Amino acid sequence: MSHEFLQNVWYLLIGVLLTGYAILDGFDLGVGVLYPFIAKTDKERRTLLNAIGPFWDGNEVWLLTGGGALFAAFPHVYATVFSGFYLALMLVLFALIVRAVSFEFRSKVESERWRNAWDWAFFVTSLLPALLTGVAVGNVIRGVPLDAQMEFTGNFFTLLNPFSLLVGLTGLAMFVTHGAVYVLLKTNGQLAERARRLAVKWWTTWVVLAVLTSIVAAFDAPARFAGKSPVVWLLPLLTLVFLALTRVNLNQDKHGPAFLFSALSIAGMMAVFGAGNYPYLLPARNVPEYGLTIFNASASQNTLTAMLVIALIGVPIVLVYTAYIYHVFRGKVQVEEGGY
Amino acid sequence: MDPVTLARFQFGLTIIFHYLYPPVSIGMAWLITYMAWRAWKGDKVYDEMTRFWVKILAMVFAVGVATGITMEFQFGTNWSTYSRFVGDIFGSPLAAEGVFAFFMESSFIGVLILGRNKVSKGFYAFSAFMVALGSTLSAFWIIVANSWQQTPTAYEVVDGVARLTNFWAAVFNPSTLPRFFHTICGALLTGSFFIAGAGAWYLLQERHVEFARRSLQVGVTAGAIFSLLILGVGHIHAVQVYETQPAKMAAYEALFETQDGAAMILWGFPDVEKQKVYLNIAVPKLLSLLIHFDPNSTITGLDQFPREEWPPISAAFYPYHLMTGLGFFFIALTWWGLLMGQKREKNQLFLKVMVYSSWLPLLTMNLGWVAAEFGRQPWVVYGELKTADAVSVVVPAWQVLLTIILFVGIYSLLLGLLLFLLKRELDEGPKEVTA
Ligand code: HDD
Ligand code: HEM
Ligand code: HEM
Repeated sequence: MSHEFLQNVWYLLIGVLLTGYAILDGFDLGVGVLYPFIAKTDKERRTLLNAIGPFWDGNEVWLLTGGGALFAAFPHVYATVFSGFYLALMLVLFALIVRAVSFEFRSKVESERWRNAWDWAFFVTSLLPALLTGVAVGNVIRGVPLDAQMEFTGNFFTLLNPFSLLVGLTGLAMFVTHGAVYVLLKTNGQLAERARRLAVKWWTTWVVLAVLTSIVAAFDAPARFAGKSPVVWLLPLLTLVFLALTRVNLNQDKHGPAFLFSALSIAGMMAVFGAGNYPYLLPARNVPEYGLTIFNASASQNTLTAMLVIALIGVPIVLVYTAYIYHVFRGKVQVEEGGY
Repeated sequence: MDPVTLARFQFGLTIIFHYLYPPVSIGMAWLITYMAWRAWKGDKVYDEMTRFWVKILAMVFAVGVATGITMEFQFGTNWSTYSRFVGDIFGSPLAAEGVFAFFMESSFIGVLILGRNKVSKGFYAFSAFMVALGSTLSAFWIIVANSWQQTPTAYEVVDGVARLTNFWAAVFNPSTLPRFFHTICGALLTGSFFIAGAGAWYLLQERHVEFARRSLQVGVTAGAIFSLLILGVGHIHAVQVYETQPAKMAAYEALFETQDGAAMILWGFPDVEKQKVYLNIAVPKLLSLLIHFDPNSTITGLDQFPREEWPPISAAFYPYHLMTGLGFFFIALTWWGLLMGQKREKNQLFLKVMVYSSWLPLLTMNLGWVAAEFGRQPWVVYGELKTADAVSVVVPAWQVLLTIILFVGIYSLLLGLLLFLLKRELDEGPKEVTA
């Protein structure tokens, strides 16, 4: 296989990993953001925690594997982005650290203060990543200042530009809607009722923000669809269709299909993002030639080949037991002894 | 403070903190697999042991996961020059770890924690096995990554970055297998000691007697096996270190001069300026004998290396000697317990020593790594890239300092809470069961 072919394959595969992350961790982050608003009693809170309990770690592994794969396939992007976005990334890391233990620790002590503290922690540490991943994506779309050595030359505040913040909010709305639909799928009664109302509201927000983002992108992040095959124009269209179908199914109380379509809408948005940026992994805003592309930032042909073999062997196995775990914990959740 | 020192401090801090959990998780997961298997065969005491130890594992595992996330990204955040240099080789094991190990552990730990009433006892035991296997594979791939930086193989340097020439040769570089087996034996020893320690603690208080006797038995037996194995693997490992990183072995042994029939130092206080070792307790010719199987053979000393390529002697010497010393102590303790048979359950002295020693293998694991990592200095990739040239160029020192302060704060809080919760769980104890 030629080097160029492999570079393209890995662009796609990194995209698949990050999309998997957005869809899967998306719903548990979304549930975390909704948590204080829809769960009023301790029992309801525990229901929500148990609804995502068996899955959240596996979901997060999509991000970790995406990180590892990025390091292996495009080492320069890994190096530039994570050192360049240092403080922002550390903020996300701290959030993920605290979030990881909040599941396990919260229900261990029966004290209202203890539980309240963890409830807050869980909410905040879900909100931060849910918002900041979008901000990061915004910067990657818009491009950041780089030098000839591929190093980031901006600072923390360079990252907080209006466009990226807008993308951040869009991402947040996307995760929250997706999370609300998940709650609808996994619970009954009042909890589900509140989730339904929020799902509808946030769906509207998501659509409005997504359209707004596209318009602003046309000005602030010069549309990179120009010059590409017209097929790419189908992607935003398809995404809108998926979004509409999400709503239709929500209205008809078909929760399974609604969840499927909100997942597909997320995939659609990621596809638009990927197609628009191609072949850039990180465009340079100052001097276009300094941008990191799949060609100048990639690993060698040997490594990309070895990694492809790893992916071809590993991913099917992963899919089998992931599917199985979702099967074991299917249906509405009950709070039982030993749970969170 | 300069950015290199800060980055090193942050890395050392966060990895040592992370590494407090994996050995416990790996070791316990295997022992729990054994218990769950016995429970599946119908043993009620083992069933309760499984339930109890899974609760403990779940907490330790959670903090292990939380602190691992930091590590995954820290190469990029703090060591971006290093990442650019090694990315072609070092990234693949990290990605493989995600695909082959993390998915497995994280999926099946969910079954262990939340699925007790949802799956059959047989599948429950299988899930424990998958967690154990996953965490062991995770250790394998991360050790591949680290071993490559210790003993780099199968690469060429093109345009200032290392390029992979042969994947499997890089994976099975000379230090991978010795370190993998050494580390896994250590993890099993760590798990054994915690389980034996808890058993001994209950026996001293005369609580949960049946549970405690079994825990002690499982822990002591496994401990006796793995403490011996680790000595054997450690020996092979030491020979490999001598062959691949002679300056490191010389630092471990504070061997300033190349000599024939070199002695092995059991303990002493090396003085780098004067190039001698005070209060030196040594066995003549033993080092030569162990390394070349010939008591009069020549062992390379530090004099063969330029001064600026010496590792920091004390930081390698003391942790290394503490590790090996403790290794012999673990053999003595577990074999004492094993040979006593049932009588150990009444031997107050043994039980007390067991309780107080239960955390020592975990300490030893960290001492071993600290020795191995300081012994690698001043190189970050042995013989290729100096640590001082590996840090991120764009991250200002104050930002690293800030994150160090936050890490210290958050991590101390996590550790404090974990210890508090573990203590509660131990005080509450298992449910009463009789065989
Ligand atoms: C010998 C074992 C060992 C060593 C040296 C390390 N780890 Fe680790 N790590 C584990 C063994 C482990 C483990 C046993 O797989 C986990 C899972 C639960 C636990 O307690 O530790 C873990 C968790 C864990 C996680 C979370 C996985 C999840 O979400 O399920 C990440 C991202 C890392 N580690 C990454 C690293 C990196 C980048 C390291 C090196 C710098 C590192 N670990 C050293
Ligand atoms: C297996 C995975 C590991 C990898 C890939 C790894 C890699 C590294 C790297 C890149 C550095 C920074 C550069 C340097 O200072 O040389 C470092 C330093 C260090 N590591 Fe590791 N390490 C691993 C495991 C461990 C473990 C388990 C420990 C346990 C205690 C440890 C202890 C240290 C210490 C103390 C330092 C600082 C040493 C110094 O700066 O002189 N490492 N390691
Ligand atoms: C009893 C005699 C022992 C011997 C001869 C021995 C030998 C060694 C050697 C030579 C190294 C250096 C590896 C390097 O520089 O790359 C090492 C590292 C290490 N040791 Fe030991 N060891 C012993 C006991 C133990 C015990 C009891 C434990 C833990 C419970 C342990 C845990 C470790 C760990 C975690 C490392 C770092 C990882 C590695 O390099 O393998 N060792 N040991």
